[in-house]
Amino acid sequence: MRYAMAMDTKKCVGCGDCVVACQTENNVPLGYARDWIVEKVEGTYPSLNLELRSERCNHCENTPCVRTCPTGASHVIEGGIVKVTHDECIGCGACIQACPYEARYFHPDGYVDKCTFCDHRTSKGQDTACVAVCPTHSLTFGDLDDENSPISKLLRNRKWKTLAPEAGTKPNVYFLI
Amino acid sequence: MKTRRDFIKISALAAGGLAVLKPALSFSSGFFPDEEVPLDESEAQRTPTICEVCFWNCAAFAYKDRKGKVQKIIGNDIDLHSKGRLCPRGTGGPGMLYDKDRLKKPLLRVGKPGNQKFKEVSWEEALDFVAKKTREVGEKYGYESIALLDHGTTAHHFEHLFKSFGSDNTAEPAIAQCLGAREAGFINTYGAGIGSPEPTDLRNAKCLVLIGSHIGENMHNGIVQDMSTGLDRGMTVITVDPRFSTAASKSKFWLPIKPSTDIALLLAWMHVLIYEDLYDKDYIEQYAYGFDELKAHVRPFTPEWAYTKTDIPPQDIRKTAYEMAKAAPSVVIHPGRHTAWYGDDTQRTRAIAILNALLGAWGKKGGYYFPEKIRIPRFPHPKYPEPEWTWKDITKDKYKGAFTGVTNILIDASLPDTKLKHKIKAWYVVATNLIQSIPDQEKTKKALQNMEFVVVVDTMPTEITGYADVVLPECTYLERYDYLRTTRHKIPQVALRMPAVEPMYDTKPGWWISREIGLRLGLDKYFPWKDIEEVLDWQLKQVGSSLEEMKKVGVKSFEREEPLYLEDGEDYFFNTNTGKIELYSTDLDAMGYDPMPVYREHPQPEDGFYRLIYGRVPMHTFGRTINNPLLNELRDENHLWVNPKIAKLLDLKTGQEVWLRNQDGVVSTFPVKVRITERIRFDSVYLPHGFGQKNKKMGRAYGRGAADSEMITRVEIDDVTGGTGMRGNFVEILVEKPQKEEAES
Repeated sequence: MRYAMAMDTKKCVGCGDCVVACQTENNVPLGYARDWIVEKVEGTYPSLNLELRSERCNHCENTPCVRTCPTGASHVIEGGIVKVTHDECIGCGACIQACPYEARYFHPDGYVDKCTFCDHRTSKGQDTACVAVCPTHSLTFGDLDDENSPISKLLRNRKWKTLAPEAGTKPNVYFLI
Repeated sequence: MKTRRDFIKISALAAGGLAVLKPALSFSSGFFPDEEVPLDESEAQRTPTICEVCFWNCAAFAYKDRKGKVQKIIGNDIDLHSKGRLCPRGTGGPGMLYDKDRLKKPLLRVGKPGNQKFKEVSWEEALDFVAKKTREVGEKYGYESIALLDHGTTAHHFEHLFKSFGSDNTAEPAIAQCLGAREAGFINTYGAGIGSPEPTDLRNAKCLVLIGSHIGENMHNGIVQDMSTGLDRGMTVITVDPRFSTAASKSKFWLPIKPSTDIALLLAWMHVLIYEDLYDKDYIEQYAYGFDELKAHVRPFTPEWAYTKTDIPPQDIRKTAYEMAKAAPSVVIHPGRHTAWYGDDTQRTRAIAILNALLGAWGKKGGYYFPEKIRIPRFPHPKYPEPEWTWKDITKDKYKGAFTGVTNILIDASLPDTKLKHKIKAWYVVATNLIQSIPDQEKTKKALQNMEFVVVVDTMPTEITGYADVVLPECTYLERYDYLRTTRHKIPQVALRMPAVEPMYDTKPGWWISREIGLRLGLDKYFPWKDIEEVLDWQLKQVGSSLEEMKKVGVKSFEREEPLYLEDGEDYFFNTNTGKIELYSTDLDAMGYDPMPVYREHPQPEDGFYRLIYGRVPMHTFGRTINNPLLNELRDENHLWVNPKIAKLLDLKTGQEVWLRNQDGVVSTFPVKVRITERIRFDSVYLPHGFGQKNKKMGRAYGRGAADSEMITRVEIDDVTGGTGMRGNFVEILVEKPQKEEAES
C-alpha cells in the first residue's frame, strides 16, 4: 500500500473548496491551514501561462520531518502517511524547519499539525475531505501499489511533476501538468 | 447635515460598545472548539438543505456533531445543481450560521435627525410598527407606492405579501444589474429566455466560447463542474476577455479583446460563418427567420474590420470561427450571467443568441438542451387584488423590452424630484445590500432619504441596514424552511430546505415574518395555513410526494415529458411572432430598436484613467460572504490588478496601498493594495467585487479593500430593458491619501 495524491493543475480553478473542507473536516483553527492554493503566472501579456495548485503535505517517502523529530511524535503509518502524535509533540519546530514544503504549522494548542491524508476517512475506504469536495474533480487519492487504481492510471497517462524534487524527499503528491 | 435617515452603525448599539475582535481570536482553538474527533458522516444526524450562499441553490445535507452543531455541509449526490459537491461557499456555510456578527434582534430607529440610533425591540413591537407604517403609506398614497427590492429565496415570501396587499412594484437587482439583458436577448431571438441554471449542455459540448464570462472565478457550481469534465474530454475553450482570467488560462484560444468592442467581434464571427459557408444551412432554413437580412447586415463586418475595433488579429477571428463551425452543433457560445455592461447589452446578447443559431446549437446535444421543470400548484388562496398601477406603468413607455420590474426605475420613482407619473413612498428591502448591489450609491441614498418608511430584512448588518427604520433579522438558510426548489434542468427535480438547527438568537424565518405582517394587515385570507410545513406537505402531495419523504431524501427526480433535444429535421414552433428563430427580430423592430445587432463605439478612458473592470472571486458571493469567518480566511480583501507597464509609469509596487478616483471625482473610501500582474490589459484595471464594506459591525469585512460599486457612478442604460451598464467607468490611481470630504463610518 502506497498512498498518493494527484492534483490536476489543468482543471483546478483555485477556488479554495479543498481548504474549507479540510477546515470543517479536521477542525483546523482559523488563521491556519493544512492545505492551500498557489497561483503561478508566467509570461508577458498576452502570452501567458497560469498554474493553479492545491498544495499540502507531500507524505514523502524520504521524510526529513520524521528524521529530525526528537520525540518520535512525527512518524509514518500504514500506506506511507506521515502523521504527528499530538501528545508526544513538544513543539520544538525542528520538523517545520526540515520540511521543504512549509506543510507544517504550530497549532495554537501547542503542537505541530499538518495534513493526515484524512487517514480517519481513507482507512475506511473514503476519499479525503478535499478530494471528496473538489468541484472540478482536480484531486485524486489512491494506492500506487495498485496498478489499476485511478491514480496509477492517471500517472501513467498524464505528464506530471513533483515539488522540489531536488530535495530528495520523494514526494507522494503529483501535479498533473 | 440633518437627514430623515442618519446612517446608523449597528455596532454602536447591538454590541453594547464591545470592541470588534480580530476574527482569529474569536475562536479559541478550532472552528468548532468543542470537537475533538472528526465527524463521521455515516453516523451523524443529517437534514436536507438548499444552499443560500449564492443563487445557484445547490441541494445538500447539513451534518450535525454530537452537540447538535452544524459541522459539515455536503452536496446531495442526486442533485443536478451540485452533483454531490458544493463549492467553497457552500462548504463554508457553517461560517454563516455561526458568524457572531449576525443580526440578532429586531431593531427600531429612534431619535431625531442628526441624533438617531437603533433600539432593540421585541418582534411584536417591530412587526406592529411595520404593519402600522405599511398601512399608513398604503392608505395615504396607495399600496402600489410601496416597493419591494429583493433577492434570493426569501424574496418569494415577500412577493406574496406584496401581491396580497396590492403592489406589484417588485424588482431584483439580479435583473437590471445582471441577467435582464441576456434574457431579453434570447427571448427576442428564440421566444424563450435562458433561466437558471443555464441549460448549456457542456457535458457533451465540443467547443465552449466564453465572452467575458469568468467561469471558475464565478463558482456557478454546475457549470464549473461541467466545464471541468469538458476539459477532460478535450473540449475546446475559447475565451474573450481583456483579462487573463482563470477560464482564459484553461482555454485553447484566449482573445484579449479591447473592452467594449464585443459586438464587433460577434458580427465578424457571423460574417465568417455566413460568407465562408460554415453555418448550419438546414437548421437555418428550417427554423430561422431573417437570414437574408442578416447576411446583408453583416457583409461589411469582416475580420479585418473587427481587428480595427477589437485589437484581435483577423486570423485569430477566423481560426476561432472555424473551431466553432467544426464543433457545431455541439458548441455553446455562453450567454453569460452578469450582462449589464455598456448599455447595448440586449443587442450584445442578441448577437450571442444569433451566433448560436447559425451554428445550429439551440436544442441540440452539446449545445443548448430544453430544460424541464415540474409544476407544483400554489397553496390555494383567493385571487390577489388588482393594483391600480404597476412597474410596467413607469417602465414600459421607455424600456419596452423590460419583462420584470427594474430596480433603477423604482429608485428613480423614489426620488424627491422624480418626473415619473407614479411615485414610490416606502421600501421593503429583502436580502440585498442595495448600497453595493446597485450602481450610483449617492442616488440610492437620496432615494432612501425620501422614503416615508424603510424596512430591511436580512441576516447580516450590511450597509443598507444602516438606512432602515426597522431591521428584521432573518435566520440563515440552515435554520429555516422555505418554498420548494423546483429545478429547471435536464431532469425535473424538487428539493427541500428544512432547518438543521433552531433559529439562533432572536431571529425568524422569512415565511414567518411575511405572514405575521400579513395577518397584522388583515390579509388572513392570503395566509390560510398554520405554518409553512402545512403548505409544503400539501404541495408535495399534489405531485405524489410528501414532506415526510422529502425530509429523508432532500431531492426527488421526476420523469421528463418532452425530449431533451430536437430531432434532426423535427418540426418545432418557437414562441416568437414568426414561430421561428428570429435572426431579424420583429418585436425589436416594432418597438423601434435595432432589429439586428449594431456595433457602436463606446467612450474610452482619457489619459491617466483606466477602465474599471470588476468581477468575482470564487470563494465569495458578492459582499454577502466577506464576513463569513471560513471564507474570509481564504480572501479577506481585494487587490487592484495593474499591468506592469502602468505600474512602472506610476511607480507602483505590489502591496502598495492606493486610492481610486473616478471620472466623476468620486474617491474610494478605503485604500486598496496594488497587485502588479500581466493578467490585465494596459488600458484597464481589475477589482474583484464585494469588498470595501462600510459597516463596522461586519468586523472582518469592514474597510478591507475598495468597493468597485462606489466607483460606478456613470451608468449606461440598456435602452431595451432599462438594465444598468456598469463597465463604462474610468479611474485614476492615487498614491497619496486624498482629503476625505464626508466620512460615513
